[in-house]
Amino acid sequence: MAPILELRKLVKDFPGQQAVREISLAIPRGSFFSLVGPSGCGKTTTLRLIAGFEQPTSGDVLLNGEIVNQRQPYERNVSTVFQNYALFPHLTARGNVEFGLKRHRATDIDRRVRQVLELVSLTGKESRRPAQLSGGERQRVALARSLVLQPDVLLLDEPLAALDPKLRKQMRVELKAMQRRAGVTFLLVTHDQEEALSMSDHLAVMNEGRIEQVGPPEDVYLRPRSRFVAGFLGAINWISGAGIRPEAVRLLPPGESASSGATPDRAAPGVVTGAVFLGDCVQVTVRLHSGEDAMAQLPRRAAFFQPGDDVQFCWSAADEMTFP
Amino acid sequence: MKLRTWFLLPAWLTMAVLFAAPFVIVLAYSFLTRGVYGGLELPWTAESYRRLFDPLYLIILWRSFAMALAATALCLLLAFPAALFIARAPRYRNLYLQLVMLPFWTSFLVRTYAWIFLLRDTGLFNTALEALGIIHAPLPLLYNDGAVLLGLVYGYLPFMVLPIYATLERLDPALVEAAADLGARPLATVFQIVVPLSRPGIVAGSILVFIPCLGAYLTPDLLGGGRTVMVGNLVQNQFTTARDWPFGAAVSIALMALVTLLLVVYLRRQSELLA
Repeated sequence: MAPILELRKLVKDFPGQQAVREISLAIPRGSFFSLVGPSGCGKTTTLRLIAGFEQPTSGDVLLNGEIVNQRQPYERNVSTVFQNYALFPHLTARGNVEFGLKRHRATDIDRRVRQVLELVSLTGKESRRPAQLSGGERQRVALARSLVLQPDVLLLDEPLAALDPKLRKQMRVELKAMQRRAGVTFLLVTHDQEEALSMSDHLAVMNEGRIEQVGPPEDVYLRPRSRFVAGFLGAINWISGAGIRPEAVRLLPPGESASSGATPDRAAPGVVTGAVFLGDCVQVTVRLHSGEDAMAQLPRRAAFFQPGDDVQFCWSAADEMTFP
Repeated sequence: MKLRTWFLLPAWLTMAVLFAAPFVIVLAYSFLTRGVYGGLELPWTAESYRRLFDPLYLIILWRSFAMALAATALCLLLAFPAALFIARAPRYRNLYLQLVMLPFWTSFLVRTYAWIFLLRDTGLFNTALEALGIIHAPLPLLYNDGAVLLGLVYGYLPFMVLPIYATLERLDPALVEAAADLGARPLATVFQIVVPLSRPGIVAGSILVFIPCLGAYLTPDLLGGGRTVMVGNLVQNQFTTARDWPFGAAVSIALMALVTLLLVVYLRRQSELLA
């Protein structure tokens, strides 16, 4: 099936700055797609180009196979969930959700509003104003307001950034479930690699206006194509040019054989400089004798190391990532 | 006394001497009897207030009210788009604001006189139109209701632009984008989102325009040419040519009461709407 959204050599220049440099991307219908990258990498600009708030300097945005460059935001069947939700403060939750339907002169407004409020679990809060809703509820209103229009693509600009950490983790799961139930294509923009990894079917890592890599989360995490991608998606140790994820590391007391059986086949001696208990795991920092600092993420029940202990920092050659 | 009480003292003194005292004097005048040759005499009476209900004066009151209302509506119509333009301008905002305030650089009196020179039979407009052959006799532009309305709108327009601009400038641009995103065309966005959210500015501007227009004296006097009597001119007449101080005072007090009443009702309704 043709992709629902396609970007072809999209470029956006701002005075004195190239925000987006030749991005090409195809987003499959019904998928949960993430654009992830550090702040200033052009991901939000890309989203705004798709929504129609910005005009591309060159290149095309295709929705359902049609070039929509010239269409105004109100003529594009995409909808945006803004970072701070941008709910209309003078309208109730219901008024916010109805707003788009009324502009489109929909006929069965009541039924559609009821359905979407059920989808986002907001039934009973219809008559509240945004100021009377909690952060999580506001976000649901923002989602409902966009989803009710059955957009081809729902654009989400850092939708979880304004929530507190606990709610954020909960909303990740819910957002994903909502996307499945609604059957709408989601395009999420985030700087949080955990968010992108946990929710997306596919993700694209952006850096300095370019896309560095596209693929399913596991693929990109395990087989990053550049140092940037490897470093951005999760922590990484660089030891003599090779990248090793902290969770792929084992620490052994000095003298214990490193290469027998299933044990790691690479080892570097070092001294423990610190150990942090994180609840579900322990992070141990090691100063290698070669002078490099490295980190190991160990299961909680693994032998505990004290700062000053001599250790062997061990890993398997198969876990090494090397880049040209 | 605490220090902050001392700081308030100048303000309290000013209010007492320049507002409260004159108010009490005017209030007292309004209940006295007119002297035969002007001035005031006993006994105390409410006769002046009874006379307010004479149809002659009710009409003047009503005219002033209608005129002020029309001026406020026209100001709003002109000011809102201008304020929106300035608030959304990518640059030169300060320049535009300076232009809005430019008229304040000269006195209100001089500016109103200037309109006479523009509007009279041998004024700029009539001369120009005649020279162009569009008209053959001067249009009656001056000394009528239209001229007064023009003068009021011209004089008080900045007081409408500035408060509306202040609210529009604080309006989150994402709300306008969100409206477009949800399918609202620009006009729908303005009327469904921008206007309701700039209500505080519209309310403030309307009050700032309506109240001085209701009591306007200079503009109807100069541009209405005595034919257009508004309540402000009525008060002036009573204190000067008519030499009926108690009635002039009663009209003033009635005007003040009316304005206060309107304000209270209006503000209460607004706060209910916003709650």
